[in-house]
Amino acid sequence: MNEQIQEVLALTNRWVKRLSREKFSMLFTLAQPMIFWLIFFGNLFQKAADIQVLQAPNYMSFLAAGVVVMTVLNNGLAGGIDLLFDKENGFLERLMSTPIKRSSVILSRFLFVMAITGMQILVILAVAFLFGVIPETGLLGITVILLIGMLFGVGLTAISMAMAFTVKSHGDFFSVLGFLSLPMIFLSSALVPLAAMPGWMQALAFFNPMTWVIDAVRPLIIAGWSQALPQVGMALVVLIAFDALCLYGGAKAFKRSVG
Amino acid sequence: MSSSAAIEVSNLGKVYDSVEAVKNLSLTVQHGEIFGLLGPNGAGKSTTLRILITTLNPTTGTATILGHDVVKEADTVRRLIGYVAQERAIDRFLTGREHLLLFAELYHIPKQEALSRITSLLKLVNLEDDADRVAKGYSGGMKRKLDIACGLLPHPKILFLDEPTLGLDVQSRLNIWEHIRQLQQQGITIVITTNYLDEADQLCDRIAIIDRGEVRAMGSPKDLKASLGGDGVWLTLSDATPEVLDQLTTALQALPFVRAIRPRDNGLDIRVDGPEKALPSIMETTNTIAGCRLDGIEYHRPRLDDVFVAHTGRSLKDEPPASTET
Repeated sequence: MNEQIQEVLALTNRWVKRLSREKFSMLFTLAQPMIFWLIFFGNLFQKAADIQVLQAPNYMSFLAAGVVVMTVLNNGLAGGIDLLFDKENGFLERLMSTPIKRSSVILSRFLFVMAITGMQILVILAVAFLFGVIPETGLLGITVILLIGMLFGVGLTAISMAMAFTVKSHGDFFSVLGFLSLPMIFLSSALVPLAAMPGWMQALAFFNPMTWVIDAVRPLIIAGWSQALPQVGMALVVLIAFDALCLYGGAKAFKRSVG
Repeated sequence: MSSSAAIEVSNLGKVYDSVEAVKNLSLTVQHGEIFGLLGPNGAGKSTTLRILITTLNPTTGTATILGHDVVKEADTVRRLIGYVAQERAIDRFLTGREHLLLFAELYHIPKQEALSRITSLLKLVNLEDDADRVAKGYSGGMKRKLDIACGLLPHPKILFLDEPTLGLDVQSRLNIWEHIRQLQQQGITIVITTNYLDEADQLCDRIAIIDRGEVRAMGSPKDLKASLGGDGVWLTLSDATPEVLDQLTTALQALPFVRAIRPRDNGLDIRVDGPEKALPSIMETTNTIAGCRLDGIEYHRPRLDDVFVAHTGRSLKDEPPASTET
């Protein structure tokens, strides 16, 4: 057990080092959701959005939950990329020829992606705070947001890694990634509430786990515990099912790929 | 379980997407030898190597490393082997030293021990001055040296090298060969894959010629070449009539060191045991026959390429190594 902890930490350390040496890419990865979505999109629609429809004090506070979960989505779906490159250039093979536990590589990736995602969520909430969005449920609420975000992130990272192990070329990987990510956002309550959508989109969004996650995070920011708790409960049920499914699929893909 | 062999492979087969990459492959590697898997790209040598380093499971057959099955005892096997990947398998964002530190952790080498091993390995492969530079800026030769250092870190009993000099310039290849020979002297058994004939010829004690997933021939380069039937002497004659050729063939067949004679364009291909006596005698014999004018005489030792052609029916193009990477 101690040995595996050493393996996971050493491998996680590698991911951290890689990121820290790609400063440019790190800056853009971290800043993109804040600048693009929260600041531009949030301010752009501040007047255009109908507060009655949103059921929120303003569009920025409505959007904050969406941006938090979008960040989780993007980080999670991109979580397998480094493994994809490791697979393609042979580094993964080299790792697998050492006597490490097969799962250590995967666990290090989860640990790394969750840590980055957690930090990004905090930064987004801090930027939203600068625009006057103060989470109604306080620090405890923020903790719950982090927890929900990471639970969602685990499943997404598992999907991404499963894809990394399955695809034949990285072109395929990025095509599927691009195909998944935007519909997941538009067919959820990230940008507008479900009630404001056309019926058929509403129906699709209902089956999008992202909707459930956003609908739990949003009241934690703009409403308060009494409204948030039932939503959080629902989200947990959805996420446990979602994660179980993703982890099962991911484990199968991994076993098939590395024996 | 045989104690004499370092590696035993029997009836190995691997099917990928209904393509048989390896078929019914058997071979034995002895302790302390440098063994080469020689073949063109896609011949199945890399697949065989992957099975031996436990990163790929065979479809059929078995392989054992020092008596341990590569599938059932994969973890034990992983503790006995070192693997030198192709140079692409380098993390360009890590420094050379960080690569070694990472692998030291993965092999659970105690910290102090790891640091001293890393220092001496960097010295061994001459990478001390560049150890703290990010690998992005390394040349092909430096990456390969780092690879070798990583492979040696766990003090392996058997070292596997995948195309150790692919794409290297001549000087770097010679350096890598020298390193590999030094490792052999320390008692490490070495298995390499290569598609360079000269590498197989000069570096390996024994080779297996692999083509289309099967072993076509196995033995020392010397024996394999000898099995072709001796050194070749090519005679070129001017205006030789069939009668002259017949007479000459009969006369030459009487010589003790001549093993075989085959006709070739405008002359004969004579297989002999040794060139020292054969060449003068052949020339004398030629002179004794009326109407036989010798236009040229050419002597060559059998090359590994001849062996390859003899066993696979085609030539393994002996591409010169790319000389560009700096």
